Amino acid sequence: MSSVAQKRGFGATLWDWLTTVDHKKIGILYLLGGGFFFIVGGIEAMIIRLQLLTPNNDLVSAGIFNQMITMHGTTMIFLAAMPILIGFMNAIMPLQIGARDVAFPFLNSLGFWMFMFGGIFLNLSWFFGQVPDAGWTSYASLALVSEGHGVDFYAIGLQIAGGGTLMGGINFLVTIINMRAPGMTYMRMPLFTWTTFVASAMILFAFPPLTVGLFLLTFERMFGGNFFDHTMGGNTIIWEHIFWIFGHPEVYILILPAFGIFSEIFSIFSRKRLFGYSAMVFATVLIGFLGFMVWAHHMFTVGLGPTANAIFSVATMAIAIPTGVKIFNWLLTMWGGSIKITTPMLWALGFIPTFVMGGVTGVMLGTAPLDYQLHDTYFVVAHFHYVIVGGTVFGILAGLHLYWPKMFGTLLNEMLGKVTFWFFFIGFHLTFLIQHWLGFWGMPRRVFTYMDGQGWNSSNLISTVGALFMAIGITVLVYNIIVTSVKNVRVANDPWGDGRTLEWAIESPPLYYNFAQTPLVRGLDTVYIEKMEGNASGLTPAEPVQDIHMPNGSFIPFMMSLGLFIAGFGAMYRAEESWGLPVLIFGLLWTFIAMAMRSLKDDLGYYVKKDEILRDMKRKGGQK
Amino acid sequence: MSDIQVYKKSPAQFNLDQRRARKSMRGQVMMFSLMIFMTIMSFSMVMAYQADVAGFSKFLIIPSLLLFAAVQVGLQLYYFMHMSEEGHGVPQMFMYTGVVLSFAVVLTFVTIVWW
Repeated sequence: MSSVAQKRGFGATLWDWLTTVDHKKIGILYLLGGGFFFIVGGIEAMIIRLQLLTPNNDLVSAGIFNQMITMHGTTMIFLAAMPILIGFMNAIMPLQIGARDVAFPFLNSLGFWMFMFGGIFLNLSWFFGQVPDAGWTSYASLALVSEGHGVDFYAIGLQIAGGGTLMGGINFLVTIINMRAPGMTYMRMPLFTWTTFVASAMILFAFPPLTVGLFLLTFERMFGGNFFDHTMGGNTIIWEHIFWIFGHPEVYILILPAFGIFSEIFSIFSRKRLFGYSAMVFATVLIGFLGFMVWAHHMFTVGLGPTANAIFSVATMAIAIPTGVKIFNWLLTMWGGSIKITTPMLWALGFIPTFVMGGVTGVMLGTAPLDYQLHDTYFVVAHFHYVIVGGTVFGILAGLHLYWPKMFGTLLNEMLGKVTFWFFFIGFHLTFLIQHWLGFWGMPRRVFTYMDGQGWNSSNLISTVGALFMAIGITVLVYNIIVTSVKNVRVANDPWGDGRTLEWAIESPPLYYNFAQTPLVRGLDTVYIEKMEGNASGLTPAEPVQDIHMPNGSFIPFMMSLGLFIAGFGAMYRAEESWGLPVLIFGLLWTFIAMAMRSLKDDLGYYVKKDEILRDMKRKGGQK
Repeated sequence: MSDIQVYKKSPAQFNLDQRRARKSMRGQVMMFSLMIFMTIMSFSMVMAYQADVAGFSKFLIIPSLLLFAAVQVGLQLYYFMHMSEEGHGVPQMFMYTGVVLSFAVVLTFVTIVWW
């Protein structure tokens, strides 16, 4: 556990990553896992678009198309966007509040491995040839009649992955509440930390409904429950309610951390304090709260009646107000700033018009009468891609360029970054802008092909060309990452030169104990304050150099998740194969034994000695 | 690594702590009896209903039971899980947020959505 760099064998490195509880490494693992699923989901998207390239196309069959759209949505939301954002939260948030790790490092590792095994479980469905095909919302009326084990893969895979996400959320909440450095009051927390906090609180309240819903679906399909089957006295609408009580907060869980990343970017690259900080915080909390009050706007056409539709319509439109506050605050942050157009800033600039367009179509869809016209058309597809890609994915790509140096110690090539941006940005609008009109012209979503002569041909062609542009953009990004990693040019603490928050005052990447001395926070943008007062290091220590207590790595989280993974297969094949039940019991037993090992064996961690810290400080020349 | 530190309480501090402990004990015993009393009430109401005692209708008993349940949850949290003491602001905030959100969902179902 020495901080001095030394060559290690492949096996040792692999073991280190499998057992790590370091929030920075887990952040990178989330980024790798999420990035892998992002590519998988992207390939599925390309197949969807190629199938819709021409009328009456038969690139894939109708059944495979249903599987593609289902897996594209599920993968992108649960296995790509959320994990990558959680990766940024892991890597950056503890640094921003001056903490040495998250509150529960072991739980953090468990959360990652549960996500990873859940994601692998879900995607193994491709190799079993029985893929979820009931849409990413998996409405019960479709899910119950879906043949084979496809929807079982969905239910069990998401159950495992969702458990990991819930653990991550609780972990971040406890970290932010309890582990802020001295002086870091709530109203001095950087915006990314604030959005992490609110998004985590939303995970805390939104994921239990998903867990319940997935359990009901699992029991209905595998153990003969009758919650959603109307012939047995159930009600298929129950699933829709449960899913959207989770699902609507979920989209805000996706967008809020992206808002946080953009807030950091606007402030850094306008070289100004964020305009209206307290209004931004208030808007974030308000969006988080209102996000739970609008779920039925996904169900206007179910027939809830005019009263319910009207109330949910108004509640939906109310969300535009705090979001508008945020948009104007970002614009006013740039106003009069000395703006540097770097790659992250370019993404942020592209984000504002794109997201506003998605927001405006959101208000349109929130108007219940109009929603009756637009429901289940390509207009809806265009809308949610404008907010999720234009908001979350832009935020992820912006954050990737912004925080790459902090996570990996190298700076992504700016030129290639801008090439990525322009390909992706133009490709994105080319793909999805025209889909608004396709919706107006009546093209329904989730159809695997369409007839010639309906005036949809050229629009679909344009849309597919746009998707190819996006694929080129992402390819350039991958090339950029490879080239940057191979060149391996190390950067200093603050490669952007204008960092304002604590993460930019320490090494890139930080030493494994983050802060040699816990910093004293003297205000919002504390590093900026220190630098303005002539403290070049950007930090004022709040404690003498002393031994630091650190947690030990552990292989148990991996084993716990593996047990659940095995149990998942047992549960799925319990009814038709004799080995199903034993495997289910074996898997659960495996997990319980791993849990018992964790509980019965005390692991008190270890201390980083003062001498080592002093040596590190001397090496980088920080200590006076 | 952890150095054991021994604090010597001053007599005044000692007296104050004792008074506080006594007060807290009194509160806990009182609330405990109250909770037992409410439980007995609940059971006897249901038994009275089953024995067809006049005046014990479903419409009296069910709301009363729900009320007693809510009061008992509150007493449990504040007197026995020490939520009234200092440093519980954040847990309180999260619990009340959860209560408000779930109440809003249930209210929506029973008033405007469920048909």
